Amino acid sequence: MKLFSVRGGVHPEYRKERTSESAIVAMPLPATLYLPLQQHIGAPAEPVVEAGELVKKGQLLARAGGAVSAPVHAPTSGRIASIADMTAPHPSGLPQPTIILEPDGKDEWAELPPGLFDPFKADPQAIRSRVAEAGIVGMGGATFPSAVKLNLGTEKKLEILLLNGAECEPYLTCDDRVMRERAEEMLDGARIMAYALGAPKVVVAIEENKPQALEVVKQAASTLPNLEVVSVPAQYPMGSERHLVQAITGEETPARKLTADLGIVVHNVATACAVHHAVRYGKPLLARVVTVSGGAIAKPQNVEVPLGTLVSDLVEFCGGLAVPPKRVVNGGPMMGQPLPSLAVPVVKGTSGILALTADEANEQPSEPCIRCGTCVTICPCGLVPVEMSAFIRKENLDAAARLGVRDCVSCGSCSYICPAHIPLVHYFNYAKGRLNALDREARKTDHIRQLVEGHNVRLEKQAAAKAAAAAAAAQANAEKGGEA
Amino acid sequence: MLIAVGSLAVMGATLGTLLGVASRYLHVEDDPLELELLGLLPGANCAQCGFVGCGQAAAALAKGEAGVTLCPPGGKAVAEKLAKKLGVKADLDDQEDVGPQYAVVEEDLCIGCTRCIRECTADAIFGAPKQMHTILKDNCHGCAKCFKVCPTEAIKMCKVPVTLSEWHWAKPEDVADVHAH
Repeated sequence: MKLFSVRGGVHPEYRKERTSESAIVAMPLPATLYLPLQQHIGAPAEPVVEAGELVKKGQLLARAGGAVSAPVHAPTSGRIASIADMTAPHPSGLPQPTIILEPDGKDEWAELPPGLFDPFKADPQAIRSRVAEAGIVGMGGATFPSAVKLNLGTEKKLEILLLNGAECEPYLTCDDRVMRERAEEMLDGARIMAYALGAPKVVVAIEENKPQALEVVKQAASTLPNLEVVSVPAQYPMGSERHLVQAITGEETPARKLTADLGIVVHNVATACAVHHAVRYGKPLLARVVTVSGGAIAKPQNVEVPLGTLVSDLVEFCGGLAVPPKRVVNGGPMMGQPLPSLAVPVVKGTSGILALTADEANEQPSEPCIRCGTCVTICPCGLVPVEMSAFIRKENLDAAARLGVRDCVSCGSCSYICPAHIPLVHYFNYAKGRLNALDREARKTDHIRQLVEGHNVRLEKQAAAKAAAAAAAAQANAEKGGEA
Repeated sequence: MLIAVGSLAVMGATLGTLLGVASRYLHVEDDPLELELLGLLPGANCAQCGFVGCGQAAAALAKGEAGVTLCPPGGKAVAEKLAKKLGVKADLDDQEDVGPQYAVVEEDLCIGCTRCIRECTADAIFGAPKQMHTILKDNCHGCAKCFKVCPTEAIKMCKVPVTLSEWHWAKPEDVADVHAH
């Protein structure tokens, strides 16, 4: 397959070797599981169980709360201790409603829906609803409900299902291990998704720095039709879906459009595995593979963790902290977000837990911009970070928006490369959030204005009706008087 | 030819004079700036700015008699927009931004007097005489007019909580300031 070049990007040290050679180990059940109602993008799930209830493994705990939402299931059997607010695994540290489950240790399965024996003969809608019921979301970290993405085929003509095995973030090796150890499941899941989407072809894209995964997946794919495995250059952020699509097709996804508009839908490799289990065996998403790494972790490894396990329990399982970390990051070191504490649960989108030492975090005070232009050269989205950040610093968000700050994918390449250590991507995250907040406020103001206008019209009508009634009464009186 | 030129010239002169006279005597005082400013205000006529309604507030803004930070429900967002339109620098630092609020009826205390319903310009309050009232959160913009008229203090103003999906990073510390130290 011919590959196309992608502009910009950076080449951070991989630092994957600490975990890439250790096989996935399953973590034993912790004492308590904390399952947030919102582990995905969209509306929070709505609980269908109450405190004190006994539940079995795989049982539905909270159903999807809207069209874009995902249900939550019990990762093991046990008792619901309570449904309470708990710190979210989110940099804000805000509380969010969480189902607290105490495992009983029996790990007893609930009755699952029967698997589809031959998914390739089933109705695509049946596959989509199976994926929706299993609570599967994008497991690369974006956590967008996968079933909603599988609906794209009904609206658009799709050519390719692109399976994203780039894993361009340093440290992370969970996708690498999934590809090496579960290639058959993954390819089966991918083919099921392609069938549901109506896409005739599956392409698996893997960065060239994972030769073993490439070999294993190529081997597994050799007997399957319409399936291609490609090695893409190791270049951060190759795993961004827009950039991966550009590398495969040479086409750039237009701003505010989807890759599906180019006929391509991108899914993560771990998502494909989850789809395989959901469709073939009716199993909901109950666990995920997490890379636990960083210089402060005693025993870095890839762990299959039941959802809802506390990060502190997970770190303990990995031998605890060898040295106090400077920073604990949820996700990769480039795009991951700092965790407010270790007392937060692992959720569907947790791809990595990195405890970084001061050396690794490499935090340095920022200095004035020397206008070297490196950020402009490496921006994979073709933006001008130096100009945008200057505008945002002066709170001129409109000017930054005109330069395209909303098209920034927050890959962090600019912050990484900046010789003056200016937190460029932090400015853009702030600006994007603030612009969205302003949009929401403007929508609310419009909504209120409509209500007020309606209110005024109603008052006028009432006044007019009153006046008419009074006039009619006066007329009747006058006529009465005339008769008398 | 001469007749054509002559008649057109006469017509032009007459119509021009007519238009000139009309524009002088039938002139309507309408400040376009005022209308634009009115468009930026929430339009709920809550009177928290001290004017009767948003129209009067817009007039005062256009004349420069009121500051851009006059609208409490509009908050920082409206103040910024007004400042931009008027070409002035909004001094937002000393403005205490309480953030968006909404009103809630405490059910035990409500006596069903309907006073708040009559105050609400956005029709956000539902209820009937001697029946408990309730406020639709999505339609409330926190103008607090109902809060002020409630005889039993059954209405309280609550801060709209920040949700996970609405939270965003704060602005990083100013690089130039860091350098100045």
